[in-house]
Amino acid sequence: MRAFATAVYLFLYAPIALVVLFSFNSGRSASEFVGFSTQWYGRALSNTFLMEALQTSLIVAFVSATLAAVFGTMAAIGLERVGGRTRAVFDGLFAAAIVVPGVVIGISTLVALVQVFSVLNPALAALWPGQAPPQLGLGYGSIIAAHGMFTMSLVAMIVKARIASLGRDIVEASNDLYATPLTTFRRIVLPQIRPSILAGFLLAFTFSFDDFIIAFFVAGSNNTLPMYIFASIRRGVTPEINAVATMVLAASIVMIVIARFLMRDKKTAD
Amino acid sequence: MTSASTHNIEFRSVSKTYGSVTAVSDISINVPKGAFMALLGPSGCGKTTCLRMIGGFEQPTSGDVLIDGRMMNGVPAYRRPVNMVFQQYALFPHFNVEENVSYGLQQIRPKLANAEIARRAGEALEMVRLGGFGKRRIHEMSGGQQQRVALARAIVNRPSVLLLDEPLAALDKKLRSAMQFELQTLQRELGITFVLVTHDQEEALSMSDFVCVMNAGTIRQIGRPEEIYDHPGEFFVADFVGKTNRIEGTLEPGGKVVRMADGGALAIVARPGVEPGPVVVALRPEAIRLEHRPARMGEITGVITHRVFLGSTAEYSVAAPGIGDVLVTADHKTMTESDLIEPGATVTLAFDPAAAHVFRGTANQVTTR
Repeated sequence: MRAFATAVYLFLYAPIALVVLFSFNSGRSASEFVGFSTQWYGRALSNTFLMEALQTSLIVAFVSATLAAVFGTMAAIGLERVGGRTRAVFDGLFAAAIVVPGVVIGISTLVALVQVFSVLNPALAALWPGQAPPQLGLGYGSIIAAHGMFTMSLVAMIVKARIASLGRDIVEASNDLYATPLTTFRRIVLPQIRPSILAGFLLAFTFSFDDFIIAFFVAGSNNTLPMYIFASIRRGVTPEINAVATMVLAASIVMIVIARFLMRDKKTAD
Repeated sequence: MTSASTHNIEFRSVSKTYGSVTAVSDISINVPKGAFMALLGPSGCGKTTCLRMIGGFEQPTSGDVLIDGRMMNGVPAYRRPVNMVFQQYALFPHFNVEENVSYGLQQIRPKLANAEIARRAGEALEMVRLGGFGKRRIHEMSGGQQQRVALARAIVNRPSVLLLDEPLAALDKKLRSAMQFELQTLQRELGITFVLVTHDQEEALSMSDFVCVMNAGTIRQIGRPEEIYDHPGEFFVADFVGKTNRIEGTLEPGGKVVRMADGGALAIVARPGVEPGPVVVALRPEAIRLEHRPARMGEITGVITHRVFLGSTAEYSVAAPGIGDVLVTADHKTMTESDLIEPGATVTLAFDPAAAHVFRGTANQVTTR
């Protein structure tokens, strides 16, 4: 049993460990370790195509995670007051958004966006007062929208769990002490759920940053980092890609650890 | 409005329903200014719903709630001159003690000066004997201390009405009696109207000026604690407030004798208005004396089955034919003789006929209505 478990873990993590190991390889080979070197990290960081893709990924991840945090929190708070069937339906929809495969989300978002654009672009052209009406198309906006909608459910689920553990009592106590609903939200509810919102933001960021499939469908001419990596390994795995993968891995692990830390039960936390 | 000066809280035929469930039906109460009123009843009797309608957390389905003569229907909790001590205290965990207590004062418009807020918060903490604890975190305080923070947080605003939702339920017995005493003292000092919700009859009787006994969404009796205890208006009240023995029988014409099912007679004094027919007799355990002598006319005999020593008193369980188990409480001092009574002994249950309360109907009819 023990040996079996060891084998499973080896199978899971050995390839990742190899990627990390070979990112420090001084030679060009991806199968023969020659010596320790950080030269591929330098190469990766000076590759303009790679840096452009990284920038796209960072912008998309940051904006979509911010939108997801805001709207996810709003959904969680709104649903707190709803009961019965409505609530069950929305809970189901949130869960569905998380379990639906990325391919499906990617294709359906693409189909939906193309349909919407084909209606909106002529309308815009007709209404636009100037000469060159803006053309809506796939790009930053579409990746952000697709990622934001998908990660919003994630934030909503996390924040909803925190609100539920908070109880109605302290909200009522605040109302009882003459605080208006807005003050109650600002001074009592928000400080209590802030760590969960931040945790949701970080998870949303990580999901968006690591996503390949959805972005592949809706990115248009833009390249996100995972898309760049995918495109370049078709030309062979280089230590440079290993270095990039190692950096992405490190950043993701750090963010998920922080998110887990923020999601701990408040009672044991302080 | 002339009623404004005399009645602090007024319920005018208030009802509250949740879907098809009626929580409170057609209740009217007047609570005079500065009174300490207890809403007493079993869980689900509607007492908490009443409290929450005063606080503004629930709105009545029909009827009016008035505070200081002002109509409160539709007024949200944050615009009512009322503060509440919550059952689980509901302190803000991310604030320290002082911040918790100042929270209400900070909401007052026009704004109070910070120095004034700090002074009043300090005063309130002194009043609940927590001076010097202002900078403590909430989770560093014991249950009893948290309770007093919750109290300070409410009274610091000098509300017109203070609501207490089973505030002592989470405390241990010793702390509870100390807090009962403190609450009573505080209420007299502040002159604020207190409304206490409790299912603990001892708590209700010991602290309040008025007890309002509720059952199944209706008020069964309102009165001073002694009135409620000594002159219960119906069997439910007698049974819920304090321990009571239930004896069923038929009241004979003349109102002096209740005939039991086995033919035995019980000497009682029925109040005028109780018609001959099926009745329930409520008899307090402490109203019965155990005596070693043959039973006279209208008394009953029984065999002692258990004796429970309770410190200053002892409780006896007596099996009486035709009645069942009768509970008798004997005071050590006044009943030296009864100390000697061992289980198995046959005794006569003697009582003052006027101490028995006679109610119409069978016990079942009374409790289910």
